[in-house]
Amino acid sequence: MIPLHYYLALSAALFTIGVIGVLTRRNAIIVFMCIELMLNSVNLTLIAFSAYLGNPAGQMLVFFVMTVAAAEAAVGLAIIIALYRNKQTVNIDEINILKW
Amino acid sequence: MTPESVFFYLLSALALVSAVLMITRRSPIVSILYLIVNFFSLAGLYLTLHAQFIAVIQIIVYAGAIMVLFLFVVMLLRLGDESQLAEPLSYRKLIAVGLAVALFLEIGYILGFRGSDRYIAQAANAVTIGTVESIGTEMFTRYLLPFEVTSIILLAAIVGAVVLAKRHIE
Repeated sequence: MIPLHYYLALSAALFTIGVIGVLTRRNAIIVFMCIELMLNSVNLTLIAFSAYLGNPAGQMLVFFVMTVAAAEAAVGLAIIIALYRNKQTVNIDEINILKW
Repeated sequence: MTPESVFFYLLSALALVSAVLMITRRSPIVSILYLIVNFFSLAGLYLTLHAQFIAVIQIIVYAGAIMVLFLFVVMLLRLGDESQLAEPLSYRKLIAVGLAVALFLEIGYILGFRGSDRYIAQAANAVTIGTVESIGTEMFTRYLLPFEVTSIILLAAIVGAVVLAKRHIE
């Protein structure tokens, strides 16, 4: 059997890769995809705990995380399209209209 | 090595490799395809945890719907050549990787600190809680209110996406 902390370590590694992507990439769409990757690593943690504790609450939470992720992807991509229409770029270094 | 652990190691290696390739490839399309590979390997890992329903939903909703949305947006925006988004190896990037590794070590420290040898094997009822029947029973009894509230979130997201992506708002 695989111990629980193998899943937790894998999930932490995936989350860290997502953080590196968010911090290093300049393309807004890729940054967005890295956020999806981080959401998925958290989902893996929730399902692992759900299986090892024998509690269905983790899987219900994953279901709701997926719903929110779908809503977030739709709204976020619409924002990226609106930004591209105004500034003709998806480079997050050039998108600074909210900067003080 | 049991077949189960071989399956686990293969899928986690695939997940890690596809995630690294996703954040390093230049072309957004290639990145999206690697993220889909990552989602498929995660669905396989969910199967090793006996979460059949979530594994299927992962493929249908994530690899299917959400990633197609990403592909559509990348193809809608004429990004031209990627050279204007060129990302040379700068000190900022090195600091970012250093911070992320520090985060990983922090998570590892917390996991090690809590003495994670308590959960060696999956719970006895792990096989039954991931079935569609069990998920459905839970969702429509105990979690009925959150389930209904998600419909409001989805409605708000649909309206928001249409309003934001519209060209002119009178």
